[in-house]
Amino acid sequence: MRIFVDRVSFSYNGSPLVLEGIDLEVNGSEFVALIGPNGAGKSTLLKIISGVLRPSDGNVQLGDSSIGTLSVRQIAQCLAMVEQERPIGFDFTVREVVAMGRTPHRGRFARETPKDRGAIERAMTLADVVNLEDRSIRALSGGERQRVFLAMALAQEPKALLLDEPTTHLDLRHQVQFMSIVQERAKEGATVLMAIHDLTLAAQTTDRIALMHQGRIIVTGPPTDVLTRRHIRQAFDLDVIVGSDPDTSLTYVLPSIPKPNHKTS
Amino acid sequence: MRSRPREAGRLKTRSFLKWSPWILCLLVLITFLAGAVIGAVTIPLPAAVKAMLGVQSDTVSPMHRLIVTQIRLPRVLLGLLVGAALAVSGTAMQGLFRNPLASPYILGIAGGASTGAALVILSGTRSPFLLPLGAFAGAAVAAGIVYWLASGRDRKTSIFTLILGGVAVGALFSAVTSFLIFLSSRGEHLADILFWIMGGLGRATWLSTYILAPVVGIGTAVIFFFARDLNALSTGEEGAFHLGVNPNILSRWMLLATTVLTASAVSMAGTIGFIGLVIPHVVRLITGPNHRTLIPISAVVGACFLVWADLAARTIVTPAELPVGVITAFLGAPFFLYLLKTKGAKL
Repeated sequence: MRIFVDRVSFSYNGSPLVLEGIDLEVNGSEFVALIGPNGAGKSTLLKIISGVLRPSDGNVQLGDSSIGTLSVRQIAQCLAMVEQERPIGFDFTVREVVAMGRTPHRGRFARETPKDRGAIERAMTLADVVNLEDRSIRALSGGERQRVFLAMALAQEPKALLLDEPTTHLDLRHQVQFMSIVQERAKEGATVLMAIHDLTLAAQTTDRIALMHQGRIIVTGPPTDVLTRRHIRQAFDLDVIVGSDPDTSLTYVLPSIPKPNHKTS
Repeated sequence: MRSRPREAGRLKTRSFLKWSPWILCLLVLITFLAGAVIGAVTIPLPAAVKAMLGVQSDTVSPMHRLIVTQIRLPRVLLGLLVGAALAVSGTAMQGLFRNPLASPYILGIAGGASTGAALVILSGTRSPFLLPLGAFAGAAVAAGIVYWLASGRDRKTSIFTLILGGVAVGALFSAVTSFLIFLSSRGEHLADILFWIMGGLGRATWLSTYILAPVVGIGTAVIFFFARDLNALSTGEEGAFHLGVNPNILSRWMLLATTVLTASAVSMAGTIGFIGLVIPHVVRLITGPNHRTLIPISAVVGACFLVWADLAARTIVTPAELPVGVITAFLGAPFFLYLLKTKGAKL
């Protein structure tokens, strides 16, 4: 499903613009990262694409429909979101939380169908939370909880997946696992858009990167084209080392932190 | 290893849920019979059953028949309706605010209702209709003010402002009630107002149950209709949105349904505390937080709990009668504290 953001601007109740004239197109089977410093507008853009916020100007299209014409349920049937953190009000089990992902596809009073059960079980296996099934969501660590919310989003069987800093609470192995699950979804045809601070992770996993600065996208393109010292200095006001591993030719970005001078007497 | 106790708890829950319709029917039946038999005058069970069913028999004295059909039966029915209304409203409010301290009175309904009732009592009218009407109007005005305060220009309702507004408006109306009590020089009025504020089922008539039954039925049905949405809302307002649930529509319906339910219950029985707060907690600990089971089971448990509390209220100091709110608080508060101490993290 194509996500098409057309000249979108946004401001909170008449205050200065948080987003200004954003154009972005993400197609099916494509994995795109949104990067940029704090306050660049990444999360706001994701909220507009998911319909939580309405743009002050411009339009968002999901597939062939303008988002304004879709109901909340119709949006949820094709689009799922994983955030950095999600509150959970009561003592639900992991299985119950993952099953909530079926909400947009099920009738109000419908029982769980074999199709629902299949989707839930697949999602739990993919996100590696089967062994947590009967545990209380509140008894889990931040990283385990994050995997449960990924499983919930996968159980939704979305055509588009939006991710907002999804790997913040994950250890290194689960970061890699999380990314490979998402890459797999993209390979199977899903549209994936992810806001992320870890530039190296973005470089190694995504097809394309959009760099945001002060509410605008200043450059988009393949990771190697976007992640240059010049672009990063322009957006982050910071010197970095951009390199490529000679064995794997994978790109990495390291902040260049000057060593403090230790005076020796 | 850590997951073992949890699994055991869930298994118990599953087998309870399987049997719960039968257990709950039995509970209602026993409650009904106890309500008819027990009181200042003990009526033999067979006579009570015959009187309830309207069977003509020489073994049932006319006095017993009168007590059962005109006093105890309406009182038990009113108790069931009010208890169910408060427990369901409490469940909905806790689900909506995702806060275990939410109760049906969170929108200042108790304060508003007592001001309305106090005004009617002080006006000296003796009409049986005016007191519930005044209390309902007071409750609706209080909830209306709170809702108006919390409604933003973008037609979204701020949960935070609702809670704070509810506390402030409730306190304001309570102050007005206190002022009215202070003004009332006649002791008779004072006792009336205080008894009303503490809550009781003493005013039960068949008419009151006829009026309340459809309100409680429809209100509970509306809240149950949104059970799945309340589950989704436990992942936050944006979380619910991403699951296809519009949190604004949900909160508008929940506020409307709980306001009507609570205001109607309070208008008939005064401000009975703790049922709306404690019952949803207790039931949640047994059944888990899924609102599809939580709402109906809370309704039945709340209904029966109020009838038993009322039984205690009218037998402990016979022939006098304690306000039932005193009993619910005496039973509810220590139990709530026990839950907090032992299962605090799960609440």
